[in-house]
Amino acid sequence: MEAVAEKKATLAQAQEMGLTKDEFEKIIEILGRVPNFTEVSIFSVMWSEHCSYKNSIIWLKKLPRDGDHLLVQAGEENAGLVDIGDGVGCCFKIESHNHPSAVEPYQGAATGVGGINRDIFTMGARPIAQLNSLRFGDITLDRTKWLIKGVVKGIGDYGNAFGIPVLGGELFFDPCYNTNPLVNAMSVGIMSKEDLISATSYGVGNPVFIVGSSTGKDGIHGATFASGDITEDSANDLPSVQVGDPFQEKLLMEASLELAKTDAIIGMQDMGAAGITCSTTEMSDKGGHGMRIDLDKVPTRQADMVPFEILLSESQERMLVVVKKGREDEVNAIFDKWDLNCVEIGEVTEGDQVKFYMNGELVADVPASHLVLGGGAPVYERESKEPAYFAESKKFDINSIAEPDSLKEVAEFLTGHYNIASKKWVTEQYDSMVGTVNMSTNNPSDAGIANLKDSNKAIAMTVDCNARFVYSDPEEGTAMAVAEAARNIVCSGGKPSAVTNCLNFGNPYNPEVFWQFSNAIMGMKKACEKFNTPVTGGNVSFYNQVVIDGKDEAVFPTPTIGMIGVIEDKKHITPLAFQEKGDLIYLLGDVVEDINSSEYLYSYHNVKLSPAPHFDLDKEALLQDTLLDLIKMDMIASAHDCADGGLYITLLEMAMVNGFGFDIITSSEVREDAFMFGESPSRVVVSISRDKEDLFLEIMEERRLSILLLGHVTQGKICVDEDQWAMVEDAKLIFDTSLEKMIV
Amino acid sequence: MKFGVVIFPGSNCDQDMIYVLETIMGQETERLWHKDEDLKGCDFIVLPGGFSYGDYLRSGAIARFSPIMKSVIEHANNGGYLMGVCNGFQVLCEAGLLPGTLLHNDNQKFICKNVHLQVVNEECLLTGNVDPEEPLKIPIAHGEGRYFINEEGLAQLKSNDQILFKYCNIDGKVSAEANPNGSLENIAGVCNKGKNVFGMMPHPERAADLNLLNVDVKLLFESLLA
Repeated sequence: MEAVAEKKATLAQAQEMGLTKDEFEKIIEILGRVPNFTEVSIFSVMWSEHCSYKNSIIWLKKLPRDGDHLLVQAGEENAGLVDIGDGVGCCFKIESHNHPSAVEPYQGAATGVGGINRDIFTMGARPIAQLNSLRFGDITLDRTKWLIKGVVKGIGDYGNAFGIPVLGGELFFDPCYNTNPLVNAMSVGIMSKEDLISATSYGVGNPVFIVGSSTGKDGIHGATFASGDITEDSANDLPSVQVGDPFQEKLLMEASLELAKTDAIIGMQDMGAAGITCSTTEMSDKGGHGMRIDLDKVPTRQADMVPFEILLSESQERMLVVVKKGREDEVNAIFDKWDLNCVEIGEVTEGDQVKFYMNGELVADVPASHLVLGGGAPVYERESKEPAYFAESKKFDINSIAEPDSLKEVAEFLTGHYNIASKKWVTEQYDSMVGTVNMSTNNPSDAGIANLKDSNKAIAMTVDCNARFVYSDPEEGTAMAVAEAARNIVCSGGKPSAVTNCLNFGNPYNPEVFWQFSNAIMGMKKACEKFNTPVTGGNVSFYNQVVIDGKDEAVFPTPTIGMIGVIEDKKHITPLAFQEKGDLIYLLGDVVEDINSSEYLYSYHNVKLSPAPHFDLDKEALLQDTLLDLIKMDMIASAHDCADGGLYITLLEMAMVNGFGFDIITSSEVREDAFMFGESPSRVVVSISRDKEDLFLEIMEERRLSILLLGHVTQGKICVDEDQWAMVEDAKLIFDTSLEKMIV
Repeated sequence: MKFGVVIFPGSNCDQDMIYVLETIMGQETERLWHKDEDLKGCDFIVLPGGFSYGDYLRSGAIARFSPIMKSVIEHANNGGYLMGVCNGFQVLCEAGLLPGTLLHNDNQKFICKNVHLQVVNEECLLTGNVDPEEPLKIPIAHGEGRYFINEEGLAQLKSNDQILFKYCNIDGKVSAEANPNGSLENIAGVCNKGKNVFGMMPHPERAADLNLLNVDVKLLFESLLA
C-alpha cells in the first residue's frame, strides 16, 4: 500500500479542529492507522454538524420526505426538485449564512446568496426568484444597525448583479438575536425535467475538472466555524468568511446551464462548505467510485498553498465536474466562451478511496463512504429536557391584562412598530423585477408569484416563521409556521406543493435547546403531512447563541419554512389589496379571545412570556381548502392572511395598497383588543363584491367553516364600531416611514 | 426593422429585452455576442441592463472596449439606431456616444421601484406614439443612475431637444420628490444630437408584458415600429 506523506496528527490537533476524542479514535479505526494532519482536517469538516448533520439526522428522517410530485428524493441532490407539470421541474432550497454574517455582514450575506443559487443551477435549473428571511437584535443598538445595513447591502449587491429578483422575505427584530443574527436565503429555479444534472461520479478513467474561480485561502474551516458558538473571539475567525464575486457566479451559471444542455458530463456539484473535500467525496460516494486528485493542478490565487488549505478552501464560484472521457473539448469550449477556468485535476478510479496528491506525493487517502452523511459519519441522539419556561408560560391569563382605554392608540403604535411596518427600506435595495417574472410588483398578494412565461401556470413562494410562537411552544409553533406558509400560498391562489426548511437553533449539546429542536420537528412533521407538503431538503444551523457569563443564551428556535405552491391558472391569482369601494369584508375562521404571544402583548404590554396562540390543524386545513375553492369559483376579490399585528393590521394592509379604507363592526363575543390585535392563526380576511354575496353565503352554508361579516371597503376612512380611527393616507405614512427612521 | 441585443458578460436584462422584442412585439431579434464584431445586418441595436464585466472599475467603463462595440460605435456614427438601457446607458455615456455621465444615487443605495416618466421630446423615433400629457409608469433598478452634465452641456441638451424623459410624480409633475436618485433636472433619459442614439436609466422591457400588469411603456416599442 502506498504510504501517506506528512507525519501523524495528534489528538490535540483533532480537538482543536472540533473533533472529539471518540471521533478521533473512530478515524484511526476506519483508516487502520493514525491520520496525518491533512486527513484530520478532511474528517473534521466532513464530520462537522454543517456537513454531516450528526446531531440532527435522526430527527430529520422523521419528516415526511415522499410525494408523487417529487422528482428527486430529499437530500439526494443539492436541492429539492418538484414536478409542476408540462415537463417543468421547480428546484428550490433555503440555507443559512448566520455565522459569517454575524462577523462580516456584507460578505457573509452576499456569499449566502451565491451559495444557495449555486445549489440550484448546479442541478441544471435556472434560478428565477429569491427570498430571504432575516432576523436581527434590538433595533436601537448600533451593532444591529451595522448588521442590517451590511446584510441588506450584501444581499443586494450580490443578487442584483447576479440578476435574480427577490420576490419575498421576512424581517424581524428581537434582542435574542443581538449577537447572532439569522440570515436565511432561498432560491427557486425552473428546468426541463430532462436537463437534471446529478451530483455523482462514476466510470473509471473519466476526467474530473474544477471550473470557475481560482482557489484562495478564504473560508478555510468555514464549516467548522459554523459548527461552534459565536464568542467574543469570533472576529478572529474572519478568514473563515468567504468573499463573493457575483460576476463570476453569473458567468459560472451561464456556462453550467449550457453544459446541462449537452450530455457530455456524468455529474456536477458546487463547492460550498468544505470545498474540494466535500464535492470530491460526496460525488464519489454517490456514484460508488473512488477518485484521484492532483491538488497541484488546482488554479490558486496565492502561491505556496499547502494541501489542507486547497482541500478546505471555501472560495466561492467553483464547481467540480466529472466529464465523459473523450468529451473534454466540448466542456472546455463552453468555459472558454465564458472566460472561466476549466482545469482537469484528476480522474475517477475504482473502489472507494479518494486519494489526494501534491506534486506526485500522496498527501491524503480517505474512504469516501466513511466521510459522508448516511455513510460512516457519526450519528448522535442528543439529550433532551423540557425547559422551565415552558410550564411557566402556560400560567399566563388574559385577565391579568387590562384593556387599554384607547385602542386607536394601540392601532397607531402597531402600525409604526418595527416588526409590522413596511419593509421597503430593505426591499427597495433589492432588484425585484429583473427577469420580468415578478407578478406581485403591481398586484401584491400574500405569497410572491413568479410568472412562468409561455405557460398558463405560475409559481407561488413564501418564507415564514413566527419564532416567538415557536419559542412559546416548539411543536405547535412550528406547525403554525408551516400552516402560515401554506395559508399564504392559498391566499394568493396557489396550491401548496413542497417545503424546504432552515432550522436555526442554539447548541444541540444543551438539552433544553435539543428539546426545542425535537419538538419543532414533530410539529413540522404533522403539519407537512396535513398539507401534503413534503420536506425536500434545507439546512440545519445549530450554535446560534452566545455564551454570557458561562450561560448559554440561545436565539428563539427559528425553523424557517420555505414553501412553494403551484397556481394552476393565472386567473386564480388573488391580490391582498381591496379592489372596489363598497366591497364586503368577511372574516373566514373562528373568532377567539386570544392575545397569546402577539406583538400587542409582547411590545405594548411588555409581557415577554405567554403560550403560543391556540391552534387546530384540522380547522386550518378546512379554512385553506374552502378558500382555495372560493378563489377557483371566482368569489374572492382579495384575500389576506391574518398574522402579525392581528386583524387591524391585516385590514390596514389590504386597504393601503390602493388607498382605500374600511368600516367594520367588532364582535361582541370577545374582548375588543383580542378581536383587533390578537394573532390567533387560521383566519383570513377576504373582500367580495356585493353582487356575489348571496352566492357566497349559499356556498358557505354547506361548509363547516365559521364566517363573520366585518363591514365594507370605504373611500379612505378607517372606522371601527362607528368611531373613526384614522384616514388611510395618515396610517400609510406611519407604516411606510417608521422602519427607515429607526435604522438610519 | 431588425433588432440586435448585445450580450456582454454580466448582462442580465438581455433575455428580458429579447423576450419583449421577439415574443411580445413579434420582431426579428438577433443575439450579438460581445466577442464578435458582426452586427448581422441589424437596424436597431440595444445595449441591455446588467453589470457588464462586473462593473469593475466603473459601471460601463470596460464594456466599451469589447470587440462588438467597435461595430456598434461605427453603426451609430453612420446614423444607425442604438439604445442603451440602465447599464447600457452607462456604456453609451462612457463611449462618448451620449452626453453626460451617471453617478452614484444621491442616497448611496441601490434603488428598485416603480417611478413615473414625463416624455419631454415627443418627436423622436422612440416617443412618437406617446401622449406627453400621460406619465408612464416604469421600473428603475440601479445604484448609479444620477444623471449629471455640466452647465454648457445641459444648455446644449435643451437647445437641441435632447432630453427624452424626466422623472415625475403620478400626476405628471416634475418635482424634487419625484426624483429618485438626484439626477440633474430629473433627467432620466437623453438622446444624441442626431436623434439616433437613445439612453435611459428606467427599464422599458419591464413594463411591456400584460402578465405583469403594467404595459405603459409598450408605447415606446410601438413607436419604434410605427
